[in-house]
Amino acid sequence: MSPELALFAQITMNGIAVGAIYALIALGIVLIYKATEVLNFAHGDILVLGAFIAWALIALMGLPFWAALLIVMALMGAFAYGLDALVIRRIAGQPQFSGVMLTIALAFMIRGLVSMIFGPESQSYRTPWSGQSTQVFGVSFANIELVIMGVVLAITLGLWLFFRNTRLGVAMQASSQNQLAAYLNGVQVKRVNSLVFALGGATAAVAGVFLAPIALVDTALWLVTLKALAAIVLGGFGSIPGAILGGLLIGLIEQYAGVYLPHGFKDIAAYLVLIGVLILRPRGILGEAHGRRV
Amino acid sequence: MLLEVRNLETWYGPIVAMQGVNLKVDEGQIVAVLGANGAGKTTLLNTLAGVIDPFKGQVLFRGEETQRLDPDAICRRGMVLVPEGRQVYPFLSVAENLGMGAYARRDRDNVARDLERVYGWFPRLRERERQHAGLLSGGEQQMLAIGRAFMSAPKLLMLDEPSLGLAPRLTREIFAIVSRIRDETGTAMLVVEQNAAVALEHGDIGYIMELGRVVAHDSCAALSEKADVREAYLGGGSLVGESGTAQRWKRRRTWR
Repeated sequence: MSPELALFAQITMNGIAVGAIYALIALGIVLIYKATEVLNFAHGDILVLGAFIAWALIALMGLPFWAALLIVMALMGAFAYGLDALVIRRIAGQPQFSGVMLTIALAFMIRGLVSMIFGPESQSYRTPWSGQSTQVFGVSFANIELVIMGVVLAITLGLWLFFRNTRLGVAMQASSQNQLAAYLNGVQVKRVNSLVFALGGATAAVAGVFLAPIALVDTALWLVTLKALAAIVLGGFGSIPGAILGGLLIGLIEQYAGVYLPHGFKDIAAYLVLIGVLILRPRGILGEAHGRRV
Repeated sequence: MLLEVRNLETWYGPIVAMQGVNLKVDEGQIVAVLGANGAGKTTLLNTLAGVIDPFKGQVLFRGEETQRLDPDAICRRGMVLVPEGRQVYPFLSVAENLGMGAYARRDRDNVARDLERVYGWFPRLRERERQHAGLLSGGEQQMLAIGRAFMSAPKLLMLDEPSLGLAPRLTREIFAIVSRIRDETGTAMLVVEQNAAVALEHGDIGYIMELGRVVAHDSCAALSEKADVREAYLGGGSLVGESGTAQRWKRRRTWR
């Protein structure tokens, strides 16, 4: 295989792996948005908190990776549930911007909390796949990237099955489609919405635990919220398949921009795409043709 | 006595939407609430279902006060509202919509029996079982909304304007099925309706609301004989007075 092609294959793989994480974050934000109409700007900071807790569990306490992952998922799920039940739920029925302001404020508070508890330095931890790679057709891929793809695929499939086949999953769909009707059918809508937040928190935790080894455990990781927003807009606001597709595309675009475009484009590629989509096709790739449905 | 409403009063901000409402529903009865737009009929049902909290007054359902409960708790107690405008879940299938009606129930065998009953009353729903509810026609959505509410195993089914936006033939069809549901299962019904003729034909007891108050109540048969009711709701009155000339004054309604 020619070196150019090998390079292309490698950055494509990198792009898909990073994109899978963006997709997972975007998925969490869209789930919460569809259920509660709150655009959760604190999502990236829940992820940061999760990544730091994972660091503490793995690097400081010496727990195995999978155990740490499960603990962090449970903790972040409970944290997000509490965040909704104690704070975010109170602004139900207020205009959209109050949700934005509230979650931005929460984001700063969580970020501050993280640097108070864990200190301001970047950290890193080892995974079972650190430094390993697999050769495919003469191109080497980092194993962690393959694992990330597998995990994100499994979570997406799991969520799909959950929403289609379980009583609670169907109730979550129902209350996001018609909250009044769900109330009248005996669904405890407030609790169900908090559970959606918990689900979002747990997926953010997974994203954080797997993003940290390919980036660093750092409060600056919250910036992925903005990348995920670009992914959501690109895929089509409010669409779950759109969020996943958008995440993968943003990951790819970013990696290609990093290699084939002048220095600096990698960091702004996602936002250039965001602006471009908003100007040229505001409803995104898989967005609803008729604007917001009621 | 299944439902007793005492002196219920509801405000929307600074506006009183309904006051001093007293109403009773017995087991197995169909009670019709009639009135023009803005008379407070929907407010009454929404207050009973817990969607709005009343300012004062009592709602006794099977002897227990329910006026401070949330809508999901009231549904679990057996007082189930079919809201105005049907409110189906547009992106769930018909079967999933019906399943959501039984969300709070644990008795699987009875749920399966009730599902068969609903499909028996509304065969068109069985034909469209797998379709998204948003793709149904207005009449089918109304059937689905009634079926879904029945899946909650109601003791009292409250219907808010089942005829809204439906052709007259479909309205009669829906009311015939509502009567049939009552006859077969003994479920009491509280129906808010603008189409007074159909409602009075199928109801046992009727209440008439104007400007947020109940102005008359009687058996439906007696109500449909009253001159004021005939004139205001049944199209019986005319602009031509008894002398044969156009009536130039407005007769005061007493509802007697």
